[in-house]
Amino acid sequence: MKLTRRTFIKNNAIAATAMAAGVTLPEFAAAAEADATIRWDKAPCRFCGTGCSVLVGTKDGRVVATQGDPDAPVNKGLNCIKGYFLSKIMYGKDRLTRPMLRMTNGRFDKNGQFTPISWDQAFDIMAEKWKASLKKKGPTAVGMFGSGQWTVWEGYAAAKLVKAGFRSNNIDPNARHCMASAVAGFIRTFGSDEPMGCYDDLEHADAFVLWGSNMSEMHPILWSRLTDRRLTTPHVRVAVLSTFENRGFELADLGIVMKPQSDLAILNYIANYIIQHNLVNRDFVGKHVNFKLGNPDIGYGLRPDDPREKRAANADKAGGSKPMTFEEYKAFVAEYTVDKAHALSGVPKAQLEALAKIYADPKTKVVSYWTMGFNQHTRGTWANNLVYNIHLLTGKISEPGNGPFSLTGQPSACGTAREVGTFAHRLPADLVVMNADHRAFAEKIWKLPDGTLPDKPGFHAVLMQRMLRDRVMNCYWQLCNNNMQAGPNINTEIYPGWRDPENFIVVSDPYPTVSAMAADLILPTSMWVEKEGAYGNAERRTQFWRQQVKAPGESRSDLWQVVEFAKRFKVEEVWPADLIAKVPQYRGKTLYDVLFANGQVNRFPKQQVKDLAGNVYGNDEMEHFGYYLQKGIYEEYRLFGLKGPKKGHELGEFDQYHAARGLRWPVIGGKETLWRYREGYDPHVEKGAGILFYGQKDGRANIFALPYEPPAEVPDGEYDLWLCTGRVLEHWHTGTMTQRVPELYRAVPNAVVFMHPDDAEARGLRRGMAAKLITRRGEIVASVETRGRNRPPRGLVFIPFFDARRLANKLTLDATCPISKETDFKKCAVKVTRA
Amino acid sequence: MSRAISSAEQVAARRGWLGRHGWLLWRRITQLAVLACFLAGPWAGVWLLRGDMAASRLLDAVPLTDPLVILQSLAAGHLPGTTALVGVVIVSGFYLLVGGRSYCAWVCPVNMVTDLAAWIRRRLGIEDGARLARACRYWLLALVLGLAAATHTVIWELVNPVTMVSRGLLFGMGAGWWLVVAVFCLDLLVAGRGWCGHLCPVGGCFSVLGLASPLRVRAAGRHRCTNCQACFTVCPEPQVIGPALRGASAGRSPVITSPNCTNCGRCIDVCPERVFAFGSRFAAPQPETESNSIRMEELRR
Amino acid sequence: MAMVERQEKREQGRDRRRFLLDAARTACGVALFGVGLGLYGHRAAEANPPHALRPPGALPERRFLAACLRCGQCVRACPYHTLRLARPEEPVATGTPYFVAREIPCELCENRPCIRSCPSGALAPTLTDIYQARMGLAVLIDHETCLNFLGLRCDVCYRSCPLLDRAITLDAEHNRRSGKHTLFLPVVHSKYCTGCGKCEKACVLDRAAIKVVPRGLAKGELGHHYRLGWEEKAKAGHSLIPEQLDLPDRLPDLLPSSLAEGKP
Repeated sequence: MKLTRRTFIKNNAIAATAMAAGVTLPEFAAAAEADATIRWDKAPCRFCGTGCSVLVGTKDGRVVATQGDPDAPVNKGLNCIKGYFLSKIMYGKDRLTRPMLRMTNGRFDKNGQFTPISWDQAFDIMAEKWKASLKKKGPTAVGMFGSGQWTVWEGYAAAKLVKAGFRSNNIDPNARHCMASAVAGFIRTFGSDEPMGCYDDLEHADAFVLWGSNMSEMHPILWSRLTDRRLTTPHVRVAVLSTFENRGFELADLGIVMKPQSDLAILNYIANYIIQHNLVNRDFVGKHVNFKLGNPDIGYGLRPDDPREKRAANADKAGGSKPMTFEEYKAFVAEYTVDKAHALSGVPKAQLEALAKIYADPKTKVVSYWTMGFNQHTRGTWANNLVYNIHLLTGKISEPGNGPFSLTGQPSACGTAREVGTFAHRLPADLVVMNADHRAFAEKIWKLPDGTLPDKPGFHAVLMQRMLRDRVMNCYWQLCNNNMQAGPNINTEIYPGWRDPENFIVVSDPYPTVSAMAADLILPTSMWVEKEGAYGNAERRTQFWRQQVKAPGESRSDLWQVVEFAKRFKVEEVWPADLIAKVPQYRGKTLYDVLFANGQVNRFPKQQVKDLAGNVYGNDEMEHFGYYLQKGIYEEYRLFGLKGPKKGHELGEFDQYHAARGLRWPVIGGKETLWRYREGYDPHVEKGAGILFYGQKDGRANIFALPYEPPAEVPDGEYDLWLCTGRVLEHWHTGTMTQRVPELYRAVPNAVVFMHPDDAEARGLRRGMAAKLITRRGEIVASVETRGRNRPPRGLVFIPFFDARRLANKLTLDATCPISKETDFKKCAVKVTRA
Repeated sequence: MSRAISSAEQVAARRGWLGRHGWLLWRRITQLAVLACFLAGPWAGVWLLRGDMAASRLLDAVPLTDPLVILQSLAAGHLPGTTALVGVVIVSGFYLLVGGRSYCAWVCPVNMVTDLAAWIRRRLGIEDGARLARACRYWLLALVLGLAAATHTVIWELVNPVTMVSRGLLFGMGAGWWLVVAVFCLDLLVAGRGWCGHLCPVGGCFSVLGLASPLRVRAAGRHRCTNCQACFTVCPEPQVIGPALRGASAGRSPVITSPNCTNCGRCIDVCPERVFAFGSRFAAPQPETESNSIRMEELRR
Repeated sequence: MAMVERQEKREQGRDRRRFLLDAARTACGVALFGVGLGLYGHRAAEANPPHALRPPGALPERRFLAACLRCGQCVRACPYHTLRLARPEEPVATGTPYFVAREIPCELCENRPCIRSCPSGALAPTLTDIYQARMGLAVLIDHETCLNFLGLRCDVCYRSCPLLDRAITLDAEHNRRSGKHTLFLPVVHSKYCTGCGKCEKACVLDRAAIKVVPRGLAKGELGHHYRLGWEEKAKAGHSLIPEQLDLPDRLPDLLPSSLAEGKP
């Protein structure tokens, strides 16, 4: 607030007069009074996967303040600067409040102007388009793109509607862009998703190794804990690996700048070092580990007609592997000498050896952390597998202070996208659609006839865009994310499909994002505490919150939208006759009746939502549907963990979570689980077993022999620089929320391109000048930054993607890890010129 | 008085409005053109003059600097940079040629304000007012330089209406408008031609600069003078006219040599007898020709 | 005749008196005006508010006021519209360039357009390295509201600093309240801080906790009679006096060898 001199003088004068007269100023008194009437309740932070807990202060139907929950185990009352502004994210001036359809003369027109319509009209046109596509091309013609920011029930309801209702597996979350490689890595190595450890590792480890993670900016509160460990315990060492110098290097004892993609070589070198120095934990490896040779030459997840895919020997069997022995594995990694690792990575040998020693030393407890540098990688699954190799070779896993830990970027990438199974190939609680037993179990829980669930994985995030462009898929509903800004290769692969008159695009969002503006129908959405919700953070902690305020205008939660939309479909309109014949009682019913009013989800009658202090909260979905929808969904979902074929995903009861500051699953016998797979910590490991990787049938984790392979696109004579994209602390993802907080906008208003001063000079650029970034796919203009938080080496530039005015993803290549299908946003070739 | 009116009427009849305001129009055009050159940059992105009337750069190449500002800076103890000094040499050289106070009449934006005040004064017939000594400007000039030395500040620029107006128009006027109003009121109500004709040390400085300038107004046709007073009425520095116009008997040159003459050309415009003309200080006096006398006779008839 | 002479004399005397009176009146008026202007000028020179920062390379304030021609060419040269000229009502010497960090800070252009545009040398052309500019000094004035001092992870000022890790560093301290987090305390180093004000601009608080103030206001001065021993030693590379005798301590044999060797 700008205080003019006049008002300042005036205020001072008032204060002075009041003091002289001995009166308390009404403003101050009012402020104190106002504080007393604020109602406080808990909620997890809306932003990253750290899962900081906050208290939300509500007054007169508006969130007026927040505070870090001083008793929350994760953050102890602290927040990062995004969390500090949580109370402002819902109140941007351009909040959407009514459904809007592109119309001309009162009718839908792909090229019309956005016109406010009613929800009824919105669902009318949606249902019309969905039904037409389903009828014409079948279930694969419709798709949904969801989010790791969905609440647990939103993800569950959406997955159920798409997979069981529309009988399409075309649902994928934006977590595909974020965590898919970690998922694939965990499943491939351990047979069960998500880390074995928890944040308590931070207080136990002797060394931390950060692989492609700018934790100092992207997980600020965890970084604060890690720093504290380093600070208060002199022997603790921190290694940071990145393709450019970031703020993590400030603390790092070992700050390693490597060439893009060379992490694969470094990881193999470390394994080789451990073996060569005879520091393999033979006992552990003998009892708990299998060795497998993964298929090499697996392509880059590009379109099949791309020469790079045609050349790849195993593009169609990327995930394949065959057993091998330790000796064979030893021979496999033997070529990764320090010289080779140095040649590929450009990292000084002394640094490589120091890093290897950290892992190899049997007395050093190591936690490896990684985020997008590892996951957004054309060999992302491999990178994950390779870091597990190291932990498994040394047995440094599943105990306090030892273990690999993937940090998540979204508040419920774990809780919703992964655990609920909103991926194109997944079902809740680690089940997958390809497995007949898993499908059968899901059908049983969901009271559906055999064969309801399709057995083929649906289109993943990137494939959906290709299928839209190719007109294979024609209806697309995007909720709770902003793929037109966050997805790769916008110009070539995303935008054309969205604007194709054959296709109908729906975007649910609280704000007019780039995606919303490119859609045909915009649905206004409730956000964060405008609905009852649950998130699961990176350490398997599930946190609930109650609805604090009403959403503005006609905004509705994604849960409401999905469940309400189900009412628009009769079973006969979406299911084949032979399937319906198996359940004649479903004849004439709607998908809503079958999926949600199934006697299970609607089992909990309307009730008052109260906290322990007796405050009463609204629940718009309960009001509308007439039963406690969230509780019904949750309790049905919970059955997958309790009774499903994969153990280890047991959750507590609904009401428990509303009374707790989050619980880390598996929650069994009234206890949380901090370290999985280890006797004493994990109830699934019976006495005497010591360690049991029960995600795999034989209880053994896999060490994979996987080579270094080059990236999909490498700088050449014309496109001569590496382009890496990412984030900054101040803004979250596409800036939809944080760019609307004036203070955060002021702090970092524009995305700038960080580059080495020599690279800039060589192109006639100085700091602050406008530079044009050009790749084979598009170009943007951004101003040059040669100083500040990120210091790229020569040959690499970095640009954050939060800025809707310069879409970094016009530049990126839609190459993915062929196994996880996660895009590599970190590597492509770019040229930079004066704009 | 009746004579004056009648001769004014005669001029009006013969020369038309444009003829009677020729130099005035040129001055206004010049004054506005200078401002336009400054404003073209910030308004249109065409940088003809960058800076303000204290110092600027013509076409981003030729530096121009106001002499009084530099004098203050020197008095305050700072040796200005080469650019500023080159600028002051250029500006001083120019005004040495065209007459120092030409600045006041042809460039200074305050002139428009004070001219307006004088015009209203004439129209309303306001004649009385405080008596200020014309020499005040030199006192003030000395004072400004003295204070600059004493306070180590380019002190006059804190209040100088001349640069304030140009700076204000270019960079934001703020309370500068009050200063403009003050000057206007001073000239209108307190003392006629009070600011430009008596007080302004910038003018004083330019007066000194113009002591020897060759470009001058000459009362070449002074023998035709009908003593109608028109020139005295409009002249912002009427004391400069007398010696040249009426000095024939005393053997004085018809050249207006006073450095206070602003070369505004108003006397040339208004004189029904075309007594005045721009000319050189050094040119030989024009013979008072026959034809002229004949025309005078005709006129009288 | 005598009468005439007397009258002439009287008239001459009256004229002289009148002349002298006029002169005195003028002198008085001018002097009065001078006193007022002098005082105003003096105050203007002294009363610069701390939030008004001079452009990079500006001479020390007193010399700057003698040198600046108030021409605004630096304002025109500034590509970020950071600089402005003081208006008469503002508490900065009228017509002189300044900027308010909280509004638009200095971007520290490496090609120094403002300095190069200055005709008078008020912005010293000798400042060839923009990072040597000393427009002021950032001071984390309010520790009580600075989010980092409270343990939050803001450090926006730090990351906004063009010379981060030099002009602003984060000093890590254990957070005793939470027990397991770090306080990243922003510390400004006057050796490097240019006073560009980007930190103040970026501070996310309703009123900035970090502010750029004139260096004279911000800096203390160590007594000239004292030296910092460790710094002197570091400068010299060795103790300032020759090596001294150190006798071993007598210790019982039982003690661990590390202690006996004098190691911690």
